[in-house]
Amino acid sequence: MYAQMVKTDGTRVRSLDEMEPHERAFQERVDAGQKIEPKEWMPDGYRKTLVRQISQHAHSEIVGQLPEGNWISRAPTLERKAILLAKVQDEAGHGLYLYCAAETLGISRDEMYEQLHSGKAKYSSIFNYPTLTWADIGAIGWLVDGAAIMNQVPLQRCSYGPYARAMVRICKEESFHQRQGFDALMRMVKGIPAQKAMVQDALNRWWWPSLMMFGPSDDASVHSVQSMAWKIKQNSNDELRQKFVDQTVPQAEYLGLTVPDPDLKWNEEKGGYDFGEPDWEEFFNVIAGNGPCNAERLNARKQAWDDGAWFRDGLTAHAQKTAAHSVAAE
Amino acid sequence: MSSEWPLWEVFIRGQHGLNHRHVGSLHAPDAEMAVNNARDVYTRRNEGVSIWVVKSSEITASAPSEKGPLFEPSNSKVYRHPTFFDIPDEVGHM
Repeated sequence: MYAQMVKTDGTRVRSLDEMEPHERAFQERVDAGQKIEPKEWMPDGYRKTLVRQISQHAHSEIVGQLPEGNWISRAPTLERKAILLAKVQDEAGHGLYLYCAAETLGISRDEMYEQLHSGKAKYSSIFNYPTLTWADIGAIGWLVDGAAIMNQVPLQRCSYGPYARAMVRICKEESFHQRQGFDALMRMVKGIPAQKAMVQDALNRWWWPSLMMFGPSDDASVHSVQSMAWKIKQNSNDELRQKFVDQTVPQAEYLGLTVPDPDLKWNEEKGGYDFGEPDWEEFFNVIAGNGPCNAERLNARKQAWDDGAWFRDGLTAHAQKTAAHSVAAE
Repeated sequence: MSSEWPLWEVFIRGQHGLNHRHVGSLHAPDAEMAVNNARDVYTRRNEGVSIWVVKSSEITASAPSEKGPLFEPSNSKVYRHPTFFDIPDEVGHM
C-alpha cells in the first residue's frame, strides 16, 4: 500500500443515531455509494484523514521515482532505458494527479512539499530500500507495483470523487509498470546462471518489504474501521496481503524462483497460501526514518527541489513580465 | 521569490468530433506552460487531439447548497422527455 497506517483522529466509530444531522446526511450518502465532491460539507475528520492519505500516496509516487532513477543511465539496452524513463515519468504524473486531488480539500501544494521535505509527512516504507542490480528494477515493477495495484484498484471506488477519479487514471497506467517489470525478469531468468541468480537475489530482498507495504494487521484498528465506514478504505491490510501472495507465488514459480519464506504453503481449505509474518520491527524502523535509504531519498528529493528553484523563478519572472507587457499594450 | 504558481483546469478533446472534457488540474506560471505541462501530465498515451487550459480562479461554479433551487424545477417537467408521450404502435417509428 502506498499510504500506510493513516490515522483518522477518532477514538471510535459513531453510529448514525449519535450523529448531528449534517454528519448523518453525509454518512447516509456515503453508505448509498454516492461520491462526495470538494465543495460539499464533510466531517473534519474525513477531510483530515483524506489529506493525510492522499498526500502520503502522492509523496510515495514522487519519492518512488528515486530508486528507479538510479538505473535510467545504467539500463542494459536502449529499449529498456526508454521503457524505464516512461515508467518513471508516469510516477511523476501519478504524484501530480494525487497532489491535485489533495488540494481540492484545502491544503496547498507548497504545504504538502514542506511536509515531505521536513519529514513531517510519510511516504511508503518500500522506497527506503536500495536498488543494487538491474534485477531490482524488474522486481520493483513486478512486486512493488503489483502490491500497489492490489491496493489501488479498490480505491477507484473511494467515496471522495477527486481521489477516486485520480485512481482510475493511475490504475490504467499501473498495469504497464507491473508487466514491464515481469517482462524484464522473464528475460533475465532465461539468461546465464549468474543472471538468474541475480533475479533470485532481488526477490529475496524485495519479497518481505513488498508484503510490508500493506501495513501491519489492522483488523482491530479504530482508524481502519473508521476509514472503511467512510469508504476511503475498502479492504483490510491482511485481506490485500493475502490476495497479493496468492497472485504472486504462481508468478514466481513461473520464473523458476523460490519465494524466501519457509512457512509458505498452499492451504487447500482456505484456497490460498499460508505464509510467514513479516518482520514488523524492521517495518516500524523504516517508517521511523531508520531504513537503509531514508536519508538518501529525502536528501535527493530536497536537492532536486532546491536545484530547480532558479528555473521555477525564471518561469515565474517570465510570466510576470509577459503579463505586465500585455496590460501595458491594452 | 518562489511563490506558488496558479492552478489551471485542464480540458482535453479525446478525439475529433468530441467535446473537450475536464480531466484534472495542474500548476503552471502561465497559460503556455500550462498547455505544455498538460501535454506531459494528461496526454502521455495519445489521450487527446486538443488541450484547453483555464485558470481555476476564473471559473464560477454553482454552490452545492443551491442544488435544490437550481435543479429541482426540472424534475417535475417530465413532458420534456419524449418517452412522456405514448405513441400507438400502429403509428410506427417516431
